[in-house]
Amino acid sequence: MTRILLLVELKGGNDGLNTLIPYADPRYHQLRPGLGVARERTLQLDEHVGLHEKLAPLLEAWKGGDLAIVQGVGYANPNRSHFRSIEIWDTASAASQTLGEGWVARAFDGNRLPQGLGVDSIVIDTNSLPMMGPELRTIVMQDAESFLRQATAMKGTAAISDGGNPALRHLLAVRQEVNAAAAGLSDRLRAAQPPAQEYAAGTPFARQLDLATRIITAGVPVVAVKVALGGFDTHANQAPVHETLLSVLANGLATFRRNMIAAGRWDDVVLMTYSEFGRRAKQNASGGTDHGTSAPQFVMGGKVRGGLHGTQPPLGDLQDGDLRHTVDFRDVYSTLAKGCWGKPASFGQRHVQPLGFIA
Amino acid sequence: MAAHLSRRVFVGGAAALSGAALWAPRPGRAAVAMGFDEARHLLSRATFGATPSEIRTVEALDYASAVDRLLETRRVVALTPAPAWVTEGPAELREAQKASREKKGVDGKPLKIVRPVQEQARELRNWWVEEMLVTDQPLVERMTLFWHNHFTSSLEKVKYTPAMYRQNELFRREAFGNFGRLLKAVAHDPAMLIYLDGVRSIARQPNENFARELLELFTLGEGHYSESDIRNAARAFTGWSIDRETGAFRAHEQAHDSGPKTFLGQSGRFTGDDIVAILLKQPRTAERVVEKLWREFVSLRPDPAEVKRLADILRNGDYEMKPVLRAMFLSPAFREPSTRGALIKSPVDLVVGSVHLLGLPVPEKTQLVRMLQGLGQLPFNPPNVKGWTGGEAWITTYTLLLRQQFLRRMVEATTVSSMDGDMAMSMRPNRRAERKEQVPADEAMQPPVEASPPVEGRSLRHAGMEARLGPTLAGIDAAELQRVLLPRKPIDGAEGGGRPGAVVALAMLDPAYQLK
Repeated sequence: MTRILLLVELKGGNDGLNTLIPYADPRYHQLRPGLGVARERTLQLDEHVGLHEKLAPLLEAWKGGDLAIVQGVGYANPNRSHFRSIEIWDTASAASQTLGEGWVARAFDGNRLPQGLGVDSIVIDTNSLPMMGPELRTIVMQDAESFLRQATAMKGTAAISDGGNPALRHLLAVRQEVNAAAAGLSDRLRAAQPPAQEYAAGTPFARQLDLATRIITAGVPVVAVKVALGGFDTHANQAPVHETLLSVLANGLATFRRNMIAAGRWDDVVLMTYSEFGRRAKQNASGGTDHGTSAPQFVMGGKVRGGLHGTQPPLGDLQDGDLRHTVDFRDVYSTLAKGCWGKPASFGQRHVQPLGFIA
Repeated sequence: MAAHLSRRVFVGGAAALSGAALWAPRPGRAAVAMGFDEARHLLSRATFGATPSEIRTVEALDYASAVDRLLETRRVVALTPAPAWVTEGPAELREAQKASREKKGVDGKPLKIVRPVQEQARELRNWWVEEMLVTDQPLVERMTLFWHNHFTSSLEKVKYTPAMYRQNELFRREAFGNFGRLLKAVAHDPAMLIYLDGVRSIARQPNENFARELLELFTLGEGHYSESDIRNAARAFTGWSIDRETGAFRAHEQAHDSGPKTFLGQSGRFTGDDIVAILLKQPRTAERVVEKLWREFVSLRPDPAEVKRLADILRNGDYEMKPVLRAMFLSPAFREPSTRGALIKSPVDLVVGSVHLLGLPVPEKTQLVRMLQGLGQLPFNPPNVKGWTGGEAWITTYTLLLRQQFLRRMVEATTVSSMDGDMAMSMRPNRRAERKEQVPADEAMQPPVEASPPVEGRSLRHAGMEARLGPTLAGIDAAELQRVLLPRKPIDGAEGGGRPGAVVALAMLDPAYQLK
């Protein structure tokens, strides 16, 4: 059994408290007098928490029982640097530890994947760190259009003369190896059917999801695909910006789900959102929020067990104004590695605590 | 913070630290200007990346005098202050380690485990990377790295970090000093004595490890000695060890085998120093050093005739390094245009060179060291006694992708754009006043312009739209940027519509950027 994992990175640090809202807790409204989302604008999931109303498109999946929300995900000794914290997430390291390989690659440690098309994972974004490792052949692309253009252009690179320069000859040969995989991929992509439902026009995120959809429906044998939505670093005047982002996210994911269902692939796919950190519990003086710690994650898929998982960090027990994480992100990864690829991976944790979000 | 500031001064252009000291005009020289591309070539091989202003300053010089300036020695120690522990002996270190293991918190549980050796290793690597970035003698650092890869020792085995630091000091002192003196010092070097088991080698039980590598890797090369030569050499080095308290070299007379030995056809009651002296008389020794220099500085395929010529200069000059390095940089093979772009950048070239070239302030070096590790060149940890293979071996499908990943990240850290077009609302950077208040400075990689941190989540094609480049590249037109960044014309063809940020992004991601 192998499912395709779709990673959805929310770049900049998504405000978890305005995503999954502890609407019933008066402290929430005290901490966020202007920025807090009013109770009537919250889609209540249970008697404690609810989704931001802009996430309404996700309700279809919620009701269908294939949207899991993992609450309070983070790690001990949180780092508040964008670069460093996303690196911790991408490599599944402890905060004090620095690793060079990505967590998806680490899950396949020592297991060379079957040749297939010569590509094991596809990154439709600039950051490919989660997939980086000698076991995983990864292709990085920005969008289908430029990738296909590049792939066409690359077909000509065999003709590039190395001018008798052995360094250049070697470089071109290695690149050719990468390109061969890209060429196989581009042929599949050209032949791929357009998604059943078109993605809302205009955002890079929609274009990325469109490409991810084509990759999956075309049957490209990959273990993971990554897309990203940027702009979550909302230090000032957060509300309008964050609402737009949540709306783009929810519409994109809901459309992706329908497309997977239409193509009969929803059971073969699991998607996970993640961000380098959540934001501080208290709003700041500029109507925004600063870098914080833990946040919820969305996990969706035909074989996902919907509902709330983990526990929401209590607002009454903050650590220096930040939420204490209740779930270690590596437990989320371990659960996915098992549930998607059948790989037992502990990511350096002594005691893995599996989360029951995959059937 | 001091490092951060000095770095800023350093990258500030021709008037900055290195530029001023190294390239200030001097009277009384009839200069025949060498031109931009040759200046770029010389600097790309003899320094770590070259900024437009550095190239501009050098291009006006006469080629030979530029080489002479690179080979001047103004100091034989690093600019960057060494970590405090480098003077500690092994005894003190053992104490510290024990203490950290026993320290308990108020609740009786052990505190977060401090591992002095790993922490020292981290500081040591950061210190050297810092030195490569701030030095005003880049060729000294290049040669220090060259000797580290020739006379390899690794923290993996040595573990006693101050010895690795002192070995690095030795390499810097003799960077282009005297090979004979260096070889002799290496044989006495505590890190080397630990690394190749000299410390265990006693008359009763000689350990052949050092003797074998001395002959096979440091001097003659395979096929130029016999097993009996190794055994005899090993006997000559017996008794050389280190002091358990101070970590300094110490000869144990009673552990030395003072009997007669036969080595490379000569007989006598040789000591280690005698063995070194005999090796320095062998023509192969100089040839091997020159072959390695050639692969490091000139091209992947040494020319045998040139190797012989340069090896003669080395040996006849009593193993002084400056004349042979000078002759190498002045050789027609080095200067000929087809040599430009004929070497593959090492991870150090790529990482340190790019940071220097982009003028990226990186106060915390751990990030860079990790890139070096990912790309396969962790300083103070060569993979084995042969050192890093280098050359073509630097590039595999994996490292090529990883290199691109790091470069994309550096481009993102250096270019800032105001996001018009898609998602403009959500990605607009906040006002400066607000940021100053709230955003903790990112320790990893600060963009050069504080008011405009890198905007995450945009594509590179957009990055170039209104990118502002750091001080080293600001104000340079597109055509020159490409000539600065690439040693040859781009493989994928130039694009970028003349916008400087896009030109930089595309050039750095072009395969030609992997060459030097």
